[in-house]
This record gives sequence, C-alpha cells and structure tokens, in this order.
Amino acid sequence: MSRWLISLVLLAILQGCSPVHEQVLDTSETQTQLQMRQVQSRTFETNDKERTMRAVIATLQDLGFVLDKADLTLGTISATKLDGYAMRMTVSVRPKGEGKMVVRANAQMNTAPVTAPAPYQSFFRALERSMFLAAHSVD
Amino acid sequence: MRPSLSILCAAIIVLLPVSGCVNRVVREALTLQPEALEQRRIQTRRFETTDEHELLTASLEVLQDLGFTVDETEPDLGLIVASKNREASSTGEMIGAFFIGAATDSEVTYNVEQRIRASVVTKGLGRSGTSVRVTFQRMVWNNLGEISANESLEEPKLYQEFFAKLSKSVLLTAFGI
Repeated sequence: MSRWLISLVLLAILQGCSPVHEQVLDTSETQTQLQMRQVQSRTFETNDKERTMRAVIATLQDLGFVLDKADLTLGTISATKLDGYAMRMTVSVRPKGEGKMVVRANAQMNTAPVTAPAPYQSFFRALERSMFLAAHSVD
Repeated sequence: MRPSLSILCAAIIVLLPVSGCVNRVVREALTLQPEALEQRRIQTRRFETTDEHELLTASLEVLQDLGFTVDETEPDLGLIVASKNREASSTGEMIGAFFIGAATDSEVTYNVEQRIRASVVTKGLGRSGTSVRVTFQRMVWNNLGEISANESLEEPKLYQEFFAKLSKSVLLTAFGI
C-alpha cells in the first residue's frame, strides 16, 4: 500500500516538473532552434550599429511600444506594448562580417511566446521602412 | 465513444476561432497601423539645439518634475525610461463599485494602484536640430490584485503639456538652473 502511495507521489512530482522544464526551455515540437532563429532574424546591409539600433527604437515607438532598456555595447533593446494585452519584445543587433548587421527579435504575448512567422515578418517590414534598407533572410 | 467525439468536435469548433483571434492580435501588434503617423506627430517635438545630451538632460529634469523615477538610461542611443506608482482609485468609483457589488451580491472590485511608464527618445536631425519623442503607458491593479487595465496613453493634451514643460526645461537647462 505504502509503495503504491510513494510511487503515486513520485509520479505527481514528475508530472509537476515536466511543464516547468518545458516552459524554461520553451521546447517546440514543430520548430527547431535553427528554424526559430531564421523566423526571428534578418540581415541589413550596413556597418552602422548605432543607426540600426536607433531605427529599431523608432520602429518600436511607431508600433506603440514603450522602451524598457537599451544597451549600445551589447546591442540589445527591450520594450513593452500594453493594449489590453502585454507584449514584451527584445531586439538584438550585432555586426556580422563586413557591412552586415543581424537584427533578431523575440516576443512574448502575455504568457505565451510568439512563434508564428507572420508577426515577425510584419515587424521587419516596419523596420525596413525605418531603415530605408531591405531586410534579408539569414542564411 | 460518441459523446466524447462530440465533445472533442465542440472543443475544436470553440478553440479554433479563439486561436485564430490570438494570432490576429499578435500580428496586428507588430504591424504599422495607419494612425501610427499621427501618433508620432503628437508624441514628437523638434528643438533647435543640436546638443542631444543637453536635450536628454532637460527631459530627465521634466520627468523628475512630474514625479517619475528613472529606471534606465542609455545616452548613446538617446534613451531614458522612467516610471511611477500612483493611487488609481477615486471615491466616486469606490462608492459605485460598492453599490453594484451590494446590488448584484458579487465581490466588490475597484482600482487601487497604477504604474505609469514613460520612455523618452532623442534623435539628432543634423543641422535642423534634435527631436524628442515621448510615450506613456499604464497598468492598473484592482483591490483583488488583478490587472484591470493595460493601455497606452494617447490623450494629445498629455503630450502637449509634457512638451510645454520640456520647452521651459530646455531654457532653464541652457541657463544652468
């Protein structure tokens, strides 16, 4: 009887653990890590990190976000949009080789990660307009 | 077997539009809306000065005048982020909530606290000066600790008053006061 009870408790603990594990690592069954990066990243043909970051900030403001923080050295910008929901977004900017800048964005809507490609496509379209440059998919 | 299948079908029928709706909201959140240009106009002013740091300092002073505390600054990108917590209840609202609660025999809810956030972004415009864009948003909590409102503050008068204060602050900063 007690063995049954112990295994039942163990099972309950294990069951309880697995969602935390999944949520910390946000493991996806439909998208690989590489696919996710491709959805969230674009390259721009420029050497100017500061200009790219300022364009990202302007785009986020145009989309109704209020900035949370930004760091030129690390190339990160975080912002929050409140409109009946809370959307948080981090955008990172890093140089890639000569004359290229990789911009990567990841967002969460309330308590769920944004994984669909369409919202990111919309974001990069808005950023293209602010940069006056075309966004290219990352190889 | 049959009832469980019908429950499954019902669940799919109910959940499909919900998930579609969430996807649409997420996509729209990251899409430039037609009113974005007008919002930018309301939230932005151009100043004659070409000294971006001076304008950022003047903005910081205005935020302090308005009781904000600074959360984050990055002068190299022309950014200040600030916030303040304030009471969100009015006596009228509390009395109203009490009567509604008593009449409907439901739990009384009224707003208690709000967190107002602001970000100020400056941008050099070459010889034509420097621009400042400010945006405000707030979260409101009720007496049960739940978030009752989550919104951008878009009232044009709010921005007009902020910039009126900033214009004064720019002058005061220029004179070193």
